[in-house]
Amino acid sequence: MSHGSGSIGRVKTWLDSWPVFRQLTGPDPLGRGAAARSKATEQVVSRTATADRVVQSVCPYCAVGCGQRIFVKDEQIVQIEGDPDSPISRGRLCPKGSASKSLVTSPSRVTTVRYRAPHATEWTDLDLDVAMDMIADRVLDARRKGWQDTDGGHPVNRTMGVASLGGATLDNEENYLMKKLYSAMGAIQIENQARI
Amino acid sequence: MTTVSSASPGLPGTGRPDGNRLFGPLPDVSGDAGYEPDHPARVGFFTDTSVCIGCKACEVACKEWNTLPMDDANGTRDQMALSGMSYDNTGMLGANSWRHVAFVEQVRTVDLPMPAVGLPGRSPGTGDVHAHDRVMADDAPRAAQTSVLNAQSLSEFDPQTGQSGDREIRWLMSSDVCKHCTHAACLDVCPTGALFRTEFGTVVVQGDICNGCGYCVPACPYGVIDQRKDDGRVFKCTMCYDRLTDGLQPACATACPTQSIQFGDLDELHARADARLATLQGQGVQTARLYGRDENDGVGGDGAFFLLLDEPEVYGLPPDPVVTTRDLPSMWKHAAAGAAMVVGVVLTAFVGRRP
Amino acid sequence: MAECHPVGFQWVMEAKARGAKVIHIDPRFTRTSAVSDVHVPIRVGTDIAFLGGIINHVLSNDLDFREYVVAYTNAAAIVGEDFVDTEDLDGLFSGFDPETGHYDEASWQFESQVGSGETGHTDRPGDGVDQDDPAGAQEQERLAQDESVKEADPHQAFGSGGPPLHAKPLRDETLQHPRCVFQVLKRHFARYTPEIVADICGVEPEVFLEVATAVTENSGRERTTAWVYSVGWTHHTVGAQYIRTAAILQSLLGNMGRPGGGILALRGHASIQGSTDVPTLFNLLPGYLPMPHALQHQSLDDYCAENSGAIGFWGNMRAYTVSLLKSWWGDAATAENDYCFGYIPKITGDHSSYRTIADMVAGKVPGYFLVGENPAVGHANGRMQRFGLANLDWLVVRDLQMIESASFWKTAPEIETGELVTEEIGTEVFYMPAATHAEKEGTFTNTQRLLQWRHQAVQPPGDCRSDLWFYFHLGRILREKLAGSTDPRDRPLLDLTWDYPTHGEQVEPSAEAVLREINGVGPDGRALSGYMDMKDDGSTTGGCWIYSGVYADEVNQADRRRPGREQDYVAAEWGWAWPYNRRTLYNRASADPAGKPWSERKKYVWWDEAAGRWTGDDVPDFEATKRPDHVPPPGAKAQAGIGGADPFIMQGDGKAWLFAPKGLADGPMPTHYEPAESPVENALYGVQANPGIEEIQAPYNRGNPPTSDVYPYVFTTYRLTEHHTAGAMSRTLPYLSELQPEFFVEVSPALATERGLDNGGWATLISARSAIEARVLVTERMRPLRLKGGRVVHQIGIPYHWGAEGLSTGDSANDLMGVVMDPNVHIQEFKVATCDIRPGRRPRGAALPEYVEGFRRRAGVRSGTMPIGGRVAVEETP
Repeated sequence: MSHGSGSIGRVKTWLDSWPVFRQLTGPDPLGRGAAARSKATEQVVSRTATADRVVQSVCPYCAVGCGQRIFVKDEQIVQIEGDPDSPISRGRLCPKGSASKSLVTSPSRVTTVRYRAPHATEWTDLDLDVAMDMIADRVLDARRKGWQDTDGGHPVNRTMGVASLGGATLDNEENYLMKKLYSAMGAIQIENQARI
Repeated sequence: MTTVSSASPGLPGTGRPDGNRLFGPLPDVSGDAGYEPDHPARVGFFTDTSVCIGCKACEVACKEWNTLPMDDANGTRDQMALSGMSYDNTGMLGANSWRHVAFVEQVRTVDLPMPAVGLPGRSPGTGDVHAHDRVMADDAPRAAQTSVLNAQSLSEFDPQTGQSGDREIRWLMSSDVCKHCTHAACLDVCPTGALFRTEFGTVVVQGDICNGCGYCVPACPYGVIDQRKDDGRVFKCTMCYDRLTDGLQPACATACPTQSIQFGDLDELHARADARLATLQGQGVQTARLYGRDENDGVGGDGAFFLLLDEPEVYGLPPDPVVTTRDLPSMWKHAAAGAAMVVGVVLTAFVGRRP
Repeated sequence: MAECHPVGFQWVMEAKARGAKVIHIDPRFTRTSAVSDVHVPIRVGTDIAFLGGIINHVLSNDLDFREYVVAYTNAAAIVGEDFVDTEDLDGLFSGFDPETGHYDEASWQFESQVGSGETGHTDRPGDGVDQDDPAGAQEQERLAQDESVKEADPHQAFGSGGPPLHAKPLRDETLQHPRCVFQVLKRHFARYTPEIVADICGVEPEVFLEVATAVTENSGRERTTAWVYSVGWTHHTVGAQYIRTAAILQSLLGNMGRPGGGILALRGHASIQGSTDVPTLFNLLPGYLPMPHALQHQSLDDYCAENSGAIGFWGNMRAYTVSLLKSWWGDAATAENDYCFGYIPKITGDHSSYRTIADMVAGKVPGYFLVGENPAVGHANGRMQRFGLANLDWLVVRDLQMIESASFWKTAPEIETGELVTEEIGTEVFYMPAATHAEKEGTFTNTQRLLQWRHQAVQPPGDCRSDLWFYFHLGRILREKLAGSTDPRDRPLLDLTWDYPTHGEQVEPSAEAVLREINGVGPDGRALSGYMDMKDDGSTTGGCWIYSGVYADEVNQADRRRPGREQDYVAAEWGWAWPYNRRTLYNRASADPAGKPWSERKKYVWWDEAAGRWTGDDVPDFEATKRPDHVPPPGAKAQAGIGGADPFIMQGDGKAWLFAPKGLADGPMPTHYEPAESPVENALYGVQANPGIEEIQAPYNRGNPPTSDVYPYVFTTYRLTEHHTAGAMSRTLPYLSELQPEFFVEVSPALATERGLDNGGWATLISARSAIEARVLVTERMRPLRLKGGRVVHQIGIPYHWGAEGLSTGDSANDLMGVVMDPNVHIQEFKVATCDIRPGRRPRGAALPEYVEGFRRRAGVRSGTMPIGGRVAVEETP
């Protein structure tokens, strides 16, 4: 194997990347700063700088409504931090808001439909479309079971078979569709955390 | 190559007395560490504990950014459990906790009439509080202090002790962090060059260099730097070195809701802290003090310094930290000789592989 | 506030740095107390006495902002001769029916101006009605006295205003008439002296006076004081009256509608305000329109009758309603078919959450959706919740993480006690994973009524979907399954406008299209600019009238993001606030009756004579060109009936109500009642607790008797900064779990000594509902209080975040809680109850219910033993 200038060049590069070499030849003889920089240090880059895009959002925890910036790289969220533009929060977040990335990327998140049959002792899997169809059937069945044309002689046109709880953590648009759909199906026992 | 192998890593030729590199004031830590004169200004943290609300956003923001492992802390570090120490379940700074909010509950009796509310110094007669410094929570002597910053819990009786007289509660909170010392013993003792001084004047561990020797751990006068059990290497606050390269603030300072943690050029932070101290003292908070601000202290001043409302020990901070490498020059010769020997060996090995 | 809204608290800290005094009134010394100027420890459940004491301080010392009070409140109105105060009836107002527990409001009415020159004419229901449909309104008011209507919570529909008044009251502008509101109020609160406050609240007179002085000295022309509250004021059997007390005080001090003033509710969920405005609530339609009641509202005319002739913006209720119906049923809604008003199901009483749970326990409710809510941990009486879940046919849970309410069939404590058996629970459970805030787009409405649009960052993983997706596709499938049905009951579903555009592989409906529907569209097909454009002739749509304008000019106004640093402090170009982007409600009150700012220092909105319009830092919450000296012509309706010096434009008289002649189930003025569970007797009246209190009598919901030695301690529940509500969004996350890793309770050193509790050790807490165990934190921050006669009361603090799932687990505080409710809003009293506390861990297995039953027996409480499977009916008689 020959060892031409290329090989020597590689040696030089290798030596330059070696802190002790730089330490002894550069202006940092104690090897505490410039001469001690490692390859990883030289290549350090902030995840905020390499993100593909930054999306403006709002914290999902309490109702202060702090602005968030969500950094996305390769369709994955790599950082969520306060949005300095927000006149509400001025870029700051509390511990919960600061944990938003963990919330979204949590390994314990349930990401598939889980089904527990009556009297079963364990969860099983269920296809999303099948689950939606089964739920629709059950809604129609419960709606029929609980249907009341009148109550005390007064027309009510409602079902007491379907109840719902939740909304305070959802979007306005979602609450709107919920109330609209429930009302159209005749369900009235619709509640959320605002009552609690 | 002989230059390498024979060179003393010693100190002649630097144009500076050795001692100045290892303790005492050092106006340009980055320049001293070999960075070009146009290096960025030294940055730091000023943690104003008088406005800390103990929310721990700093702890979480730090962990999220630096993807630190979950800590088990509480001092025991082997299970996640309630510490029983007020609201502090982190316990201490460590390899996985680069910010730690301390919670200190204090109770004492105060003279009647009730301590004043409002801004002492602005409303004479009510603003000047006569407070006994009869500390009931512990025996540490404490200077008399007004209660301007602190809520008062006023009650004429104490069913526990049967005493009468008002009692005052104070709940101190303070977010601790690596001090990024002017003279950083961890850095000075590191035999591999894993610890280094950045162009921003901060002190950072390079994970690709650290071999887990652990010399730095006992060297730190604050007990900050720590080895990760399953990894062996040491970890601590980097002042978000990566974020600094993108022109951002460290994650903790970015999140801090009340600006208890302030990040910026150290000179500017010093001025801000001096002004804040003057304001508080003008309001009668006689025990307010800056910690780590003094460049003549045992570590040449800290890159991360604090405004405290009580003695440092109350917050778990050493009252008079001294860089453990004051005597390093004599030690260094031995270490350097060792390092030179290692260099020689490695090069020999390299050369030896030539065909 | 520092505990639960830390980032909002930055503004308090900034105000403090600029000289504001921060006073924290809380049973516990919290992280907020730590940085406040004053902390006032108060016995939990006694805030009406404390605030009432300040009101008395104001009225006794003539410290009110008199010009504001006379012009902008109903202080001058003359109350009818029939009214009798609690001071004369030992704790009851006139009109109480002990049989039903309800009040008849008739005796609370004002003397009216109808038939000018007459005196002594009281505005009894139906009297003096001067409106478009007097007979209809009269009939509505008569029906409103029906029990089923009262139980249906009609007053909450006035959430953005007040109930209609149909006649102008007689007034005495000198406030000297013995029956004018000012004098009635003064007499009512006269006994709320500093000494009484000390007896009831445990706050020393000196401390009370310090607060009262600070508040009054910081109010007036030049200064304003703000009150900030959260559920610490609402989670009571007198919660609505807590807020009323603060409203009276702030109105007397002139602190409403002005910068730096107000009563600010800090709400606890990202869009809990939105879910009240666009309500997933049984008694409301969008924009605080009431759900129609079967007895009152069989037609659109009936529905609108009570408001159709009213003064104030509720006078346009028919336009808001018709626009809503057109949004929902589109072309199918016509004038001929009452715009499909009959499609809306009718309510007949209380269908609120706890009542529905009781029906579930009784096996009456087949299906239940849980959407981002975890009642097994977060609701009062967790055991009751789980018995309810176990007696459903099916349950759909939509959440991010596995929660206790989904896994109850194997994780419920009742499985261990044997009260529930997994194999015998017939509930079919569908866990449908949800998308996070970063995986969908839409608006949250924050605590200041501000709508902020979120952009989608990434696609949701796996089967995770937005709730928009879930409900859109559920509706689509339901409609497909019903296609061709001739059953009239299916028409509302089949005629529903449900054609939202979709996009992407997941066929996600367009949230922006939904937001535009909420905004409403005019006859020209363009988005409405606001609710003033809404018509009652079917030519406009609008899904939530108060949100109309959020899509004005076909622009998503909620997505405006001009950086705050480029704006003034109002920051009007960030997001969009309802109504009409007004940031401070009733801000016309920031100017004097003549339209001039009360002071230069506090100027905000004022009348610009040259321009002929209102102007200022905010969008005026007033008709822009209505002169301050405008006097409405006789017979003017809706907003036209509001005078130029009447800032409270949603009220029928444009005034702030110090005295509420209607609209409250438990009295026209607040008065101190003890919590349902209290260690002491009411120091003011023979009536112990709210006489209108709502209870559910069943074995799973036994109450601790007042002053019981068996349950001698007071406890309160709360959140920690490090956790979120029932825990699904925090106990599942490592970085938050490790910060508060275990369920704990906080006790004073004195109580620890009394009961032998060790810091860091275990304690068992017992109520008539259950017993739970927790670690103990002994802290001086919990302080015993001394009440009347030297009685010492110990209070225990219990954060409520824990349950069986997640990384950090523990017993649930709410298992201790019973369900007793405020009669106005059906909100449970879970900021205060009583218990016992003992050192050590609780019994396991079947021994636990026996242990709890033993306490009940000793306290003389009926048995709480439940049959296996937990299916029981509500008892008819106590």
